[in-house]
Amino acid sequence: MTTLETAIAHNRFGLGALASDPILSDPRADLIRQFDRFDPSPAPIAALSGSGAMARQFREYIEDVRAAKATDTGGVTMAVPPAMAAMAPSSPAKSAEQDIRRDIRRQYQDNYGGQARARIASALTTLAPFPERLVHFWANHFAVSADKLETIGLAGTMEFEAIRPHVGGRFVDMLLAVERHPAMLLYLDQAQSIGPNSLIAEAIKRRPNARRQRGLNENLGREIMELHTLGVGSGYTQDDVQQLAQALSGWSIGGFVRGPIGLEAPDGAFVFQPGWHEPGGRVLLGKRYEQTGAAQARAMLADLAVHPATARHLAAKLARHFVADVPPPALVDRLAAAHVASGGDLKAVYRVLVHAPEAWVVATPKFKTPWEWTISSLRAIGATTAPDMKAVGALAQLGQPIWKPGSPAGWDDIAASWAAPDALLRRVETAGRLAALVGDRIDARVLAPKLLPGVLTAATAQAISRADRPQQGLALLLSSPEFMRR
Amino acid sequence: MIDRRRFLALSGLASGLLLTPRLALAAAHTDRRLVFIILRGAMDGLATVMPIGDPAYAALRGNFGPPPNAGTPIALGGEFALHPALAETGELYARGEALFVHAIASPYRERSHFDAQNVLETGGTAAYALKDGWLNRLLPLLPATGEPAVALSPTVPMALRGSAPSTSYAPSQLPQADEDLLGRVAAMYAGDPQLHALWSQALDARLLAGTEAQGRANPEALGKLAATFLAKPDGARVAVIELLGWDTHAGQAGRLNAQLKQLDGTIAALRTGLGSDWSKTVVVAATEFGRTAAPNGTGGTDHGTGGVALVAGGAVKGGRVVTDWPGLAPAQLYEGRDLKPTADLRALFAGLAAEHFRIDPQRVARTVFGSDPIRPLTGLVRV
Repeated sequence: MTTLETAIAHNRFGLGALASDPILSDPRADLIRQFDRFDPSPAPIAALSGSGAMARQFREYIEDVRAAKATDTGGVTMAVPPAMAAMAPSSPAKSAEQDIRRDIRRQYQDNYGGQARARIASALTTLAPFPERLVHFWANHFAVSADKLETIGLAGTMEFEAIRPHVGGRFVDMLLAVERHPAMLLYLDQAQSIGPNSLIAEAIKRRPNARRQRGLNENLGREIMELHTLGVGSGYTQDDVQQLAQALSGWSIGGFVRGPIGLEAPDGAFVFQPGWHEPGGRVLLGKRYEQTGAAQARAMLADLAVHPATARHLAAKLARHFVADVPPPALVDRLAAAHVASGGDLKAVYRVLVHAPEAWVVATPKFKTPWEWTISSLRAIGATTAPDMKAVGALAQLGQPIWKPGSPAGWDDIAASWAAPDALLRRVETAGRLAALVGDRIDARVLAPKLLPGVLTAATAQAISRADRPQQGLALLLSSPEFMRR
Repeated sequence: MIDRRRFLALSGLASGLLLTPRLALAAAHTDRRLVFIILRGAMDGLATVMPIGDPAYAALRGNFGPPPNAGTPIALGGEFALHPALAETGELYARGEALFVHAIASPYRERSHFDAQNVLETGGTAAYALKDGWLNRLLPLLPATGEPAVALSPTVPMALRGSAPSTSYAPSQLPQADEDLLGRVAAMYAGDPQLHALWSQALDARLLAGTEAQGRANPEALGKLAATFLAKPDGARVAVIELLGWDTHAGQAGRLNAQLKQLDGTIAALRTGLGSDWSKTVVVAATEFGRTAAPNGTGGTDHGTGGVALVAGGAVKGGRVVTDWPGLAPAQLYEGRDLKPTADLRALFAGLAAEHFRIDPQRVARTVFGSDPIRPLTGLVRV
């Protein structure tokens, strides 16, 4: 039994077995113990610049764009919030702006590549693959898609700075860290959201030549309730969205606003702009919030984090990720109950998950996502780094480019999204290319039972043993039905 | 019922095909070119060179010919007609520079693409029995050539793999999976309903996409490219071109029409690109197996056995359909469903290579095609 459970611990809960992984005597206890050895800031990630540097690059870009425009318009500049300036349709100084835009895009792509490689390196070398997998899970839950110019270099930093430190902590802390992170504030347009009756809005209204209408952006408020906490259809109303968005007004980031219209703060740092905040108390989900300033939305998030609907939403997603595309209702109930009872202590929820009999049924595996398959393949061949962009590019080819789900809903977590004919063909082709890199240095006949103890079928073992050369055997192992699933 | 003897006379088979003329030993240098076109996916020989003289043909395929807008089939001397998409090849045939060998197959008698292509390319009798390609084994017998044999594909196909130097050149960067691996993965997925279904769809789509992946104009470009390799005075003398997408299980009329146009364009591009060297060229196009004699329920045909091989070039004694016609009546079909093979592709390859490069056919048969005795089909090349 422990051989089989070792396979499940490594492959379903972890990121894929290594050749050197031992048979575990108590796989459940080992999974929980991994939080003690989880490193929130491992060397490959610690070596990178953080969100401050990314935000500074973006600020400098905006300043360059403004300078280019100023040259063109005779030196008249407008103080406009950052993302608006970035998205404003350009006046004739188009080519200068295009050059700047191209440069920042290149710079950001370099940053993105470095971050993606660090994520891969961390997944390959971690001593705590279960928490590491949960980092990926939460990063996808709080998806920031790195395809907007302002998020290309920032999406990865949110995972590193807001998810990793809290992966074994309290959900409310992760939630607050994420919603205050520059990646999220820019991605969901919160950074320039201004209360319609805020001080700055009143000042703008008095200007005779006010060109732009500025006001509240409810994007973040909506997605917090729909995606990050309560879940769609859990009973909140459009009015609740408005209330949360108003409470969030003023949540912004440093580096873009100067002088009379706002407070200065370091690049990328969370800053509350009192002058942008919609004044007054408000009601969310029937509860009154009389706090003023940043404390108001913070109190709302704290309540949302432990709301029973949030507990159910997260429970269902965790059960779907670790157990089945259609999560067993009884398990969802138990996970949600653990969330509520513990006040959102994630480790308490994980403990229920790890001890759930439903998660240890080998007959009902999960089909791996391209990320999971790629990482488990690289771990299988003993890779410890992604030396160049090839692994990053391969993930795009396989259909799951890192941090680019394209929407704040993140990637789907069901087989129907990933088990498709062409996707399968691409995996097998990738398996062939990976095996070609290894050549005859790995004997897949020896490796297969180590990676898939108790899971490897006779048919797959036979296919591997009949391969015409070691390289082909390895390609078959990585392509095998057992390896396509976890 | 077709009179078999009449067919033999018509085809010239009786008049010298089985003769093995004595040839001079290989010259020190050769200006002769050989191009092998691999038609991956199993081209339907009965739709390509239609045996209209066989009364059973109309019963089987009466309503299953080229699409109405494709033009009129090209008469090949009464008993056979050529698919109208092969217009340029038809002109070569009329000029005596193209011929077809019908009811031909490799020794392989199962119906797996991968295994069959392996047999077609290795020149063995069973899949994976040989580890190198027949063209590669031919290379050491050839007179000295300048550049090594070249395959116009991302990797060297099995036909050209082996110890003799060869190279490949791909105009596109598209990675192509190792066909052998794909075949083994298919076997490995056989017992997994989900993956088996996905994999079958993937391979079907891949064969379908053969047309698109290579692009409408691309095979012709391959022909042109091959010609540039071959036309150089010290250039390659052997080239391999792969054309994908022949697995016409559904909607065959339109798809095969497009496929054959590409094949026709490839041959035309070779002829144009080679210029005066066309007179010293033999092009042979062959596929891993034929397709079922009767159409299936989806407007296509399924994996079969006997098919057709196309031979073109200025060095070819063309203008004929070479065949020992087995007939299409139910009792004449192989396993009651396929055109029965009466000729061996290895014999065709051996005969063409021997006569074209003036090597003793028996030596080619022995050295290239091993211990299984084959009788090279000779008399197809102007010597």
